[in-house]
Amino acid sequence: MTEARTRGPLPRTRRQIYEDRLRRRSLLIAGGSTALVFGALFLLIPLAPGWEKVQRVFFNGEVFARTLPGLLEAFVLDVAIFAWSVPMIAVLGLLVALARDVSNPALYPLRIFATVFTDVFRGVPVVLTVYLIGFGIPGLGLPRPWNSPYIWGTVALVLTYSAYVAEIFRSGIESVHASQRAAAQSLGLRDKDVMRYVILPQAIRRVVPAQMNMLIALQKDVALLSFIGPVEIFRQAGVYKSLMANFTPYVGAALIFLAVTVPATRYADYLLAKQRRQRS
Amino acid sequence: MTKTVSLAALALALSAGSALAEAHAACAEGLTLEDGTLTIATGNPAYYPWVMDDTPESGEGFEAAVAYAIAAEMGFEAENVTWVRSSFDEAIQPGAKNFDFNLQQYSITPEREEIVDFSVPYYTAPMAVLLAPGVESEATMEALQGLKWGAVGSTTAVPMLTDVIQPEQDLLLYGDNADVNAAMGAGQIDAALFDLPTAMFLSAVMIEGSTVLGQFAAEGEGDQFGLLFEDGNELKACADAAIAALEESGELAAIEAEWLQSATGIPLIE
Repeated sequence: MTEARTRGPLPRTRRQIYEDRLRRRSLLIAGGSTALVFGALFLLIPLAPGWEKVQRVFFNGEVFARTLPGLLEAFVLDVAIFAWSVPMIAVLGLLVALARDVSNPALYPLRIFATVFTDVFRGVPVVLTVYLIGFGIPGLGLPRPWNSPYIWGTVALVLTYSAYVAEIFRSGIESVHASQRAAAQSLGLRDKDVMRYVILPQAIRRVVPAQMNMLIALQKDVALLSFIGPVEIFRQAGVYKSLMANFTPYVGAALIFLAVTVPATRYADYLLAKQRRQRS
Repeated sequence: MTKTVSLAALALALSAGSALAEAHAACAEGLTLEDGTLTIATGNPAYYPWVMDDTPESGEGFEAAVAYAIAAEMGFEAENVTWVRSSFDEAIQPGAKNFDFNLQQYSITPEREEIVDFSVPYYTAPMAVLLAPGVESEATMEALQGLKWGAVGSTTAVPMLTDVIQPEQDLLLYGDNADVNAAMGAGQIDAALFDLPTAMFLSAVMIEGSTVLGQFAAEGEGDQFGLLFEDGNELKACADAAIAALEESGELAAIEAEWLQSATGIPLIE
């Protein structure tokens, strides 16, 4: 051993040399095939007869540069709506999940209500909910500023998303083994405390990656609020599209969305992988 | 009108009973999607007073009537005109179109003209202010700036609002007239900007209690409506000639008088 240390790194075994060669080879093949596919796409697509027009209408550099600042400005509204919706969705979603879990017979109506809530808001298309709540409730005669589309659009988003989030929380709660509940009860904890100190801490931790997916979906669905008035990025892109008869602003908006959702997706992947490692 | 013109031609040139129609037909020959048929697109739904009852086939409504008059000038009998529906996006997307031309109050702008072709204008519409029920205001720029504004996001009303009126509160934009109507009903906006005929229709028929406050001078700020063609469509020259002929003969003005309310009495906004 000491001899080996003085002589520097161990000589590589034949096995290691073989594996290294294998790895290099597969890297080369992967790189080559990727270059081939992208190169072919890059060379062949512009050969299509309509490419010039498609490029002018969808990938117009001049229009892109002209509209990007306005799009970014409008995107601030998306981020704001997202930021104030998330805490409300988390709280309401958790409450609904807990309501579906109550075992007290006197509170059975609460359970029914929670079930109907999740069924309805998961079943109705988000756009319809946004329209109904965004135009319908203010139409009842609320004074300004309480009839603002920002408020009621947010309500619609929160209702829809908390229905999904509640179901994910519930799956987390149910994934905690029944023996945990029994053990906690045998220690003398009350039902309330069993949930609070034993079940929820485990349940919530387990569903974090799944909830990250909901966040990513919400980031995009914020754009649905544009149907009832707010000029967020999707509407702003639509305005540019109409004025310039060019779809490039939509591509710009998509890139801005991607700049946010791709890191978020990678983070969710990372959380999932971490969880797998911890469990195995 | 076309009939009288043809009759005059007949009287002038004995041997050329159908010479005029043929001369027109020649300019469209081989250029339409389907030989002998003119395919015209309009909105879905098409709104009054541009098309009555969403049935352009009847030829009733300003744009429906204009379309049939242009078709006749181009040498197409009414039964050889077919209608299709298209959205704005379908009209500007690259690739083959399912229409020869498309008319649904397309404002001619230089940016749009880079992607598609427009005919010479068949109508010039001033912009007008529609006030929600119960809202009072004055026809001055200052009063207008204090209002909560809405508009249809795909129209040229948007740059007019952001560049010319410059309201103090942020703008709310909608997908179509019906949504603007709903927002007015919900009290979310005080006023909306439309072309004058649409504003007058909405106030008279769609939104009870709403009023047309005033119109902007048609020159400069006005919207010129043109037929939309796919970029480079050679039929454009034929349609341009037809519109010019209709304008010269006074038929275009007659159709306008028949279908669009007189705008006199609507105050001008300085």
